Amino acid sequence: MKLKNTKSLLGMLLLFVALMLAACSGGDDDNASTDANDSDGGDDVSSDEDSTGGILVFARGGDSTSLDPSRTTEGETFKVTKNIYESIVTFEEGGTEIVPKLAHDWEISEDSLTYTFFLEEGVTFHDGTDFNADAVVKNFERWAAGDADTFPYYNSMFGGFEGDEGHVIESVKAEDDYTVVFKLKRPQAPFLKNLAMDMFSIASPTAIEKYGDDDFERNPVGTGPFKFVEWKPNDSITIERYDDYWVDGLPKMDKVVFRSIPDNSARLNALLAGEVDLADGINPSDAAAIQDNADLQLIERPSMNVGYLGLTVTREPFDNKLVRQAMNHAIDKQSIIDTFFAGYATPAVNPMPPSIEGYNDEIEGYEYDPEKAKELLEEAGYGDGFEMELWAMPVPRPYMPDGQKVAELMQKDLADVGITAEIVSHEWATYLDLASKGEADAFLLGWTGDNGDPDNFLYVLLDEDNIGSNNYTYYKNDKMHDLFIEAQTVTDQSKRNELYKEAQVIINEEAPWVPLAHSTPLLGAVEGLSGLVPHPTGSDLLSNVEVDRE
Amino acid sequence: MLSYTLKRIFQLIPVLLGMTFIVSMLIRAIPGNPAQVILGQQATAEAVQALTEKLGLDKPWYIQYIDYLKGILTGDLGESFRTHAPVVEEIWPYLAATVELAVFAMIIAIFIGINAGIVSAWFQNSWFDYIAMVLALVGVSMPIFWLGLLGQWGFALELNWLPTTGRESVRDPVNAITNFYIIDTIIQGEWGQLKEVIRHLILPGLSLATIPMAIIARMTRSSMLEVMRSDYIRTAKAKGQKMFFVIYKHALKNAFIPVLTIIGLQLGLLLGGAILTETIFAWPGIGRYIYDAIGFRDYPVIQSGILVVAFIFVMINLIVDLLYSFIDPRIKYD
Repeated sequence: MKLKNTKSLLGMLLLFVALMLAACSGGDDDNASTDANDSDGGDDVSSDEDSTGGILVFARGGDSTSLDPSRTTEGETFKVTKNIYESIVTFEEGGTEIVPKLAHDWEISEDSLTYTFFLEEGVTFHDGTDFNADAVVKNFERWAAGDADTFPYYNSMFGGFEGDEGHVIESVKAEDDYTVVFKLKRPQAPFLKNLAMDMFSIASPTAIEKYGDDDFERNPVGTGPFKFVEWKPNDSITIERYDDYWVDGLPKMDKVVFRSIPDNSARLNALLAGEVDLADGINPSDAAAIQDNADLQLIERPSMNVGYLGLTVTREPFDNKLVRQAMNHAIDKQSIIDTFFAGYATPAVNPMPPSIEGYNDEIEGYEYDPEKAKELLEEAGYGDGFEMELWAMPVPRPYMPDGQKVAELMQKDLADVGITAEIVSHEWATYLDLASKGEADAFLLGWTGDNGDPDNFLYVLLDEDNIGSNNYTYYKNDKMHDLFIEAQTVTDQSKRNELYKEAQVIINEEAPWVPLAHSTPLLGAVEGLSGLVPHPTGSDLLSNVEVDRE
Repeated sequence: MLSYTLKRIFQLIPVLLGMTFIVSMLIRAIPGNPAQVILGQQATAEAVQALTEKLGLDKPWYIQYIDYLKGILTGDLGESFRTHAPVVEEIWPYLAATVELAVFAMIIAIFIGINAGIVSAWFQNSWFDYIAMVLALVGVSMPIFWLGLLGQWGFALELNWLPTTGRESVRDPVNAITNFYIIDTIIQGEWGQLKEVIRHLILPGLSLATIPMAIIARMTRSSMLEVMRSDYIRTAKAKGQKMFFVIYKHALKNAFIPVLTIIGLQLGLLLGGAILTETIFAWPGIGRYIYDAIGFRDYPVIQSGILVVAFIFVMINLIVDLLYSFIDPRIKYD
């Protein structure tokens, strides 16, 4: 009996080894027959012979949290939902100007309180429901009746929910089937930009009703070029062409698979092996490897971010403006960019990138000048230097590929002017939590813009209203606050720009930050991929993408 | 036997209870408010406060803990803060992915490890013995992430034999039924997909197998050396039995007990999910599920995920203990 058991065990093991060998040699055959693009492919790949159609595999660092974009703040979600849903208006390709989407036209009243949108006709949701003014109204009613937990972005962009003092939207009404009217309580300058954000994409009201809020997150139904097929958590999300899509000839691919490959090196390996067609989050240091590879291309995403060193103004000695200015002179931004961004960044002067309207290009910023820094320290009474903690983020971000190493370079720059910096790091959620409580002397952090509006950088990151959330430096300035509040309600763009320019002068003088860099996030793709115009927000519409596999 | 088993299962209750208590203490001791993490950087202080209350995180820790225990007793593992899905539903695909990989890795580790250990003991101090034991030492000390990337470079990029990452060919995805892809492809008769699934298992499987394989080899060798010196082996040899039979039939059975203990412990560890392997090979397993949950301060997922893993760990150890008496009938539990 025992022996028999051993034998059958041995038999199973042999079978297993045989299977393994067969699988290995199978791989060999594949390699011999299909060569370049796809050693990983199944039979479907043969249908990729045409320049259109086929499957696009897009590798990224993390999985989505939800497939209902209104319910999350996390960027990986929008990369997918951008292709499933559409918003009333949208951002132009590769930029943040507002262009029509589900509304082909709109009118804004003199007092900027009434927005009338004229909607596209003949648009359907993936479940067959008609898209019309009623669907828009239902979506906004759903959000307005929610709370900050359910719809976090609605809360921050439209100032709260129904009944809240700060809630900007007074009413959303359907005037006829294809006309919808928004009435505001007070003018909101970035209103159209807010509407264009992925979080306010219009979902099928019947599907929401059918699934309920929570299950809808895993059963998304929109009007976009692709409809949802399958979600394998932490592994892949598959969407396929919506045959009744209202724009003729789009989308070009049959299917898109979003794969989560958390490790940057492994993701690059998958791209090099031809298992994926497109990968984001490419390390700047790997850019050269992609450029040197004839089968691959490097794609640059327009920059809409800022990486900075925040100085907590409530902590000594950073409560002293001269010390903060000295920090700005002491750090050599260019060498950080050359070393760790492989040149894929520009030095930052202001807290927002130059591509954003209202950027003040008259400000020259602080040049790298250790002598000047020492003088300022002397003047501030810190001639002998001081000791500080320099916080470095533990995770790579688009605006900061390697926080630890950047901090080490800074440490040396600071030592040159007599400042002894001790590098401190915490796990990411802890890092943000402690920094937001003002417990860091100086900390590395950054921001990627949501809607291309200056308010989304300056007010969000530096105003006193955001102390405890995004204003980690605890910097406050009454004059600047007034400028921001005025700019939120003024709808004349040139007037707004002047206000923001004035605010940037104050920020530059007061120096609560050392602005470091505006980075260019990188993507890698197979050589035959075309039609991708990377969007500065980080979520890309893939309807025009096609892959020519030769 | 039955009463022993029941007694052991009964004893597990305080172990698991203690575990949930410690975990629930620890996650609340680390800084970071789940409400803040969920709402993101844009959130206002009031919104964070409101959500904190809604999630019940403003209650004293012991009330939260008791609420959690009440849930577990009714089979409710809680609902993920982040995805709003019940953990009990959400956890299965991750667990299946981990079990499939761990079992695959363990089969490799057992097959190679035991045989290497036996041959090393059989030909003690031979060149094979030296090489195998040096390799085993290297295997124990090898950083997995490095080994994994090396494997990707060698077998996927240079040789093009195996895929770099993932569980399946996404261009020809498996229709998940049980979420054990080997089983799913077999019951659906998708032989092409089965081949892909196995090819995807090999690199992560080998990476994950390295350490247990090395430990098993070393343990088997020393255990075999001991048994080989015993009288009954000398008798068997004197009877003129073939050496192969002496070793695989007589010696291995007695030498296997300590090896089995190691196998049980190692399998338990692998089933807990291997974060590094799962990260390098983009394997959607339970290790990364729990690890990500820690980053998001997703308390229900952390608590219940660890509870499930701990449960599996103690169950495997129980099974190993029970197996002793099958292998060696002299071991009795009653």
